[in-house]
Amino acid sequence: MKNDALIELHQVSRFYNQQAAVDSISFSVKRGEVVGFLGPNGAGKSTTMKMITGNLAPTNGRIIVNGIDLLDQPKQAKLNLGYLPEQPPLYPEQSVDEYLLYCARLNRIPQNKLLEAIYRAKERCGLDHVGTRLIGNLSKGFQQRVGIAQAIIHAPDVVILDEPTVGLDPIQIREIRALIRELGDDHSVILSTHILPEVQSICDRVLIIHQGKIIFDDAVQQLSDKMQISEIMLGCETFVDENMLRAVDGVIDIEVLNSNQTCIRFHADHNPATAIARLAVENHWGLYQLCPQGLSLEEIFIQLTDEQNIETEAKSI
Amino acid sequence: MIWTIAQRDLQSLFFSPLAWIILAMSQVILAYLFIHQLNQFLDLQAQFGAMQNAPGATEMVAMPTLANIAIILLLITPLLTMRLISDERRQHTLSLLFSAPVSMSEIILGKYLSMLLFMLLVISLFSLMPLSLLIGGRLDFGLFASGLLGLLLLLASFSAAGLYASCLTEQPAVAAVISFGFLIILWLGDWAVQTDNTLASLFAYISLLTHYEPLLQGQINSADLFYYLLFSLTFLVLSIRRLDADRLQH
Repeated sequence: MKNDALIELHQVSRFYNQQAAVDSISFSVKRGEVVGFLGPNGAGKSTTMKMITGNLAPTNGRIIVNGIDLLDQPKQAKLNLGYLPEQPPLYPEQSVDEYLLYCARLNRIPQNKLLEAIYRAKERCGLDHVGTRLIGNLSKGFQQRVGIAQAIIHAPDVVILDEPTVGLDPIQIREIRALIRELGDDHSVILSTHILPEVQSICDRVLIIHQGKIIFDDAVQQLSDKMQISEIMLGCETFVDENMLRAVDGVIDIEVLNSNQTCIRFHADHNPATAIARLAVENHWGLYQLCPQGLSLEEIFIQLTDEQNIETEAKSI
Repeated sequence: MIWTIAQRDLQSLFFSPLAWIILAMSQVILAYLFIHQLNQFLDLQAQFGAMQNAPGATEMVAMPTLANIAIILLLITPLLTMRLISDERRQHTLSLLFSAPVSMSEIILGKYLSMLLFMLLVISLFSLMPLSLLIGGRLDFGLFASGLLGLLLLLASFSAAGLYASCLTEQPAVAAVISFGFLIILWLGDWAVQTDNTLASLFAYISLLTHYEPLLQGQINSADLFYYLLFSLTFLVLSIRRLDADRLQH
């Protein structure tokens, strides 16, 4: 079904001088999907989000929001968009209520529904009690919530959040994540982050962008599979025999961290944990720890970009 | 939409002390100039008594005051217009407007309208002083209205130029300096009137104040009106284009 895709990007690029910040990327987002946009700093996440929300014009390519071309009919397309930039666009001299009223009017909410829209946005973002306070006097967490309230006030189909949890304390992060999850029920959400657990906890789908190109686009589950424990931390009371470990089927590499701990890398589809445990017991190494280690985001990037490089090399040959 | 933007801008102007201080200071300066004109008029009163068709209070007090106001406002307008766009850019609030279903023209017109409304307030405050002459005398309302119309058109032009300057930069102070310099250059063009060199007369023609003089004398020429309207329109179009360029290649 064509109407299913709320956002479609076709070969969208953006150049700064000769430098391609975003290099002909294409993807689409379905209704009700929460998509995590992952990538190192400078990968092109913010640029892409700015293009989707009309803050930047793409050098070439097409962006379609809910069936409406953003470049041809920007006003109609933007009615369906809510955007929270990296720095929330707040006027510190206004109170929360005044600010939200302004945003509601900007988004063309009819006069008789203004108060209701403000009330609902405040309720969803937990701003009920701060309506009369000046935005400049609020804490960072609350300012972030006001930013989110602004993005959802007109109940847009698509909500785009650029690093919504940066600079918040752990409790605030948890609250904001819960809020985003809730938004996912009736809006499509695209959020950018460079925190992997964040994506795992709230997103349905992951897009990984690197040097302006999408290098991974799949369900979160696939990403988890991809990074499935490929390291095991082995802790033994006595010194272990490296050569015996190396001989175990599936082991790629061994790194002795100290006299007790050894880090073992292996292929994801060949888990040697059972074999190692047996080996340790048979040789009386005094096994006390056998702990699977998740890959860090950094390692996933390296792994994915390596794959990418190999593919392109293969193509060029 | 234009009105929504204008309303917020006007509101934030009055939230900051800047607007209040500017209004207060300019009133003080104006009061001084007004008293000065009035004293001069009273000194000459005896001589006027003997003359036929002697100039009245409107020509002698109200109009020179309006002329002086123009110069004071030329110095003040850049301070009011400097924050219009540059401050939004600096505070990263421009993206709120860009991602809302609002066109660039609506943003610029909204900003401009807020400035015009503020200028209307300034003019109405300023006109109170000449109007106080009604307590002890009479005013030529036709002449006075023509002067006020001139002042409004002049301020509309100042505001448009200031708005464009504010679109050019992220720093309000830089915007103020740009519009300041520009308005002063146009003011200086007025001084070239005395010479009869062609280039100088062209320069004089472009001057904003040259077109203000006839209005102060009670002549409403369509050429002068069009000059001001075109001047404002040009800078509004330039502002819209400059703001749009933010999204495009750079």
